[in-house]
Amino acid sequence: MRPIPQGTSLAGPGPVTVLSGTSSDSHTWNLVFLQLLLEEAGHRVDNVGPCVPDDLLVDRVRAQEPRLLVVSSVNGHGYEDGLRMITALRAAPGTAGVTAVIGGKLGVDGALAPDRVRDLRDAGFDEVFADGDAGAFRGYLERLVLEAAS
Amino acid sequence: MTRDDLPDTDAFGSFVAREHARGRLVVQPRMGFGDPRRMRAGLAATRAADAASVGTITLDSYTRVGDNASARRAVLAGTDLNGYPIVARPPEQTREVLAGLAGPDFPVQVRHGSAAPQEIFRSLLRAGLTATEGGPVSYCLPYGRTPLERSVANWREGAAILAAHAEDGRSAHVETFGGCMLGQLCPPGMLVALSLLEGMFFLQHGIRGISLSYAQQTSPAQDREAIRALRRLASEFLGGARWHVVLYTYMGLFPRTPGGARSLLRQAARTAVEAGAERVIVKTEAEAHRIPTIGENVRALEIAARAAEETRPAAGGDPDSDVYLEARALLSAVLEHSDDIGTGLLRAFSRGHLDIPYCLHPDNAGRVRSRIGDDGHLRWADTGSLPLPPVAHRSGAVTSADLISTLSYMERRHDSGAAPVPERNG
Ligand code: B12
Repeated sequence: MRPIPQGTSLAGPGPVTVLSGTSSDSHTWNLVFLQLLLEEAGHRVDNVGPCVPDDLLVDRVRAQEPRLLVVSSVNGHGYEDGLRMITALRAAPGTAGVTAVIGGKLGVDGALAPDRVRDLRDAGFDEVFADGDAGAFRGYLERLVLEAAS
Repeated sequence: MTRDDLPDTDAFGSFVAREHARGRLVVQPRMGFGDPRRMRAGLAATRAADAASVGTITLDSYTRVGDNASARRAVLAGTDLNGYPIVARPPEQTREVLAGLAGPDFPVQVRHGSAAPQEIFRSLLRAGLTATEGGPVSYCLPYGRTPLERSVANWREGAAILAAHAEDGRSAHVETFGGCMLGQLCPPGMLVALSLLEGMFFLQHGIRGISLSYAQQTSPAQDREAIRALRRLASEFLGGARWHVVLYTYMGLFPRTPGGARSLLRQAARTAVEAGAERVIVKTEAEAHRIPTIGENVRALEIAARAAEETRPAAGGDPDSDVYLEARALLSAVLEHSDDIGTGLLRAFSRGHLDIPYCLHPDNAGRVRSRIGDDGHLRWADTGSLPLPPVAHRSGAVTSADLISTLSYMERRHDSGAAPVPERNG
């Protein structure tokens, strides 16, 4: 066992949550933070890491059949990379139905404009979280658990 | 020291040496825009700033990961990029961006973040530029998924491309990025060792104009020790190169308020002057939020320049400081693995003799931990397999709240106005 949160926490039963950066984004502190947050909410996390090409993510989602896919991007290319990524997932066999959310610093000018948020939803993301939305995300995860239980 | 007997063909290094001799700290932004007109305006404003400034072209993330197709698509579609796509644009266009601005009195450096820099180096040379930065470790482990072995091979090729160019009388200048490693929570001894090792790597591959980076961490006193340690090690191990030291303003989670951001920036400029660094890379008030504007960059350059003017170099400091001894031990371990720095780095990382806390890269052992002490010094909490005296600071499992609290140590201090009391003792 590694002494710090790293890679994956796949031991134990139950569905997995896949956590991933976008193809051009190399930031990882966001991924380390989100892995801890997800684990605290009871998720087993497969942390794919930074700079994830679309086809690698599609393969991983197909193999893991996760209950949730969490995409994080902070480098300013999240809008473009996210659109491309979710379009690929929704089009590919075996991954089209995955519940998928994205969040972070998604543009280069601060908060993403509302029409761009809509684009991301229209392309297939179930939720889009802004930079400061960690609280809203925790609420979302709680609702997800309730829905799964009911 | 041999560094001053070298021919003055490295324009970047010569400019910094000249300004340093005049008692001026060189200041540099981290600026890059996708739009060439905006990039040119940014360089012009940097040049016109009331400071000894050098220019920067920071590249976008598509170019960094070698996805030039996406960079080209963004150029055609006119979408905002987080930097300048030097490979996707023709060299003539980059020359136009630089025309009448770049020159011996205003050298321009290309900053990227690529584990496969060969195409980037060819592009910058074609555009008439010779200064850049990075390194086989520092642009691999924190920058994606490229295997370390691949990155070392790529950087050998990249350095050869730059070194070959020296023939026409203008030689390359390369700055190590090893003094940064993930921006935060990496103890200074490791940063100093990696920065120096990357400098030695460049020298072994024929680059003689070198700058050594170190990024501001959590304690000004420890940062001064680190800069001095880096200088001492450079004079011991970089014979045959002409080198200087560059301090990066804090590279971790940045203060969110304008006042906090300025306070941290001023602290960086003071630390640089006190410990004898020749150049500083600034950060702006926008850092915590978005890509900064040209105006925000210029303001940051001038704030740093004014803070530097008010500061005097502080003599002394323990030559055998903790940072020096630790960096030296790490460096020796790598040299024991091999005289060839690239090979030594690969072996040391594969055995955990070098190891970066919180780094997710598969080629990093991940056995070490760090913590911020009560005195603000960044220390090892667990030295894993490092060739250092064992430490195992007891602490429970890290929660997401703990992580944010540790990461935001500097943000809290500067945003709350708690830190600005300038420390003066060397
Ligand atoms: C550390 C750092 C780096 C390190 C990263 C090391 C590593 N491997 O992680 C280094 C130095 C390598 C780096 C490089 C770059 N960086 Co950087 N970096 C930062 C910095 C200073 C701190 C980031 C950090 O550690 N945050 C801590 C984590 C825990 O928080 P977070 O990432 O901010 O995420 C929070 C929220 O966004 C949210 N969140 C994130 N994702 C998600 C997802 C979901 C679903 C939800 C609900 C929430 C959520 O949760 C977190 C906690 O609140 C920030 C600026 C800042 N914030 O101070 C810039 C910053 C993120 N970097 C930036 C950029 C542009 C880059 C570069 C492209 C270089 C450049 N041009 O400056 C390269 C990246 C290259 C690439 N291929 O992508 C920009 C992004 C601009 C934008 N979005 O508009 C920033 C904002 C700086 C700036 N103002 O220019 N960087």
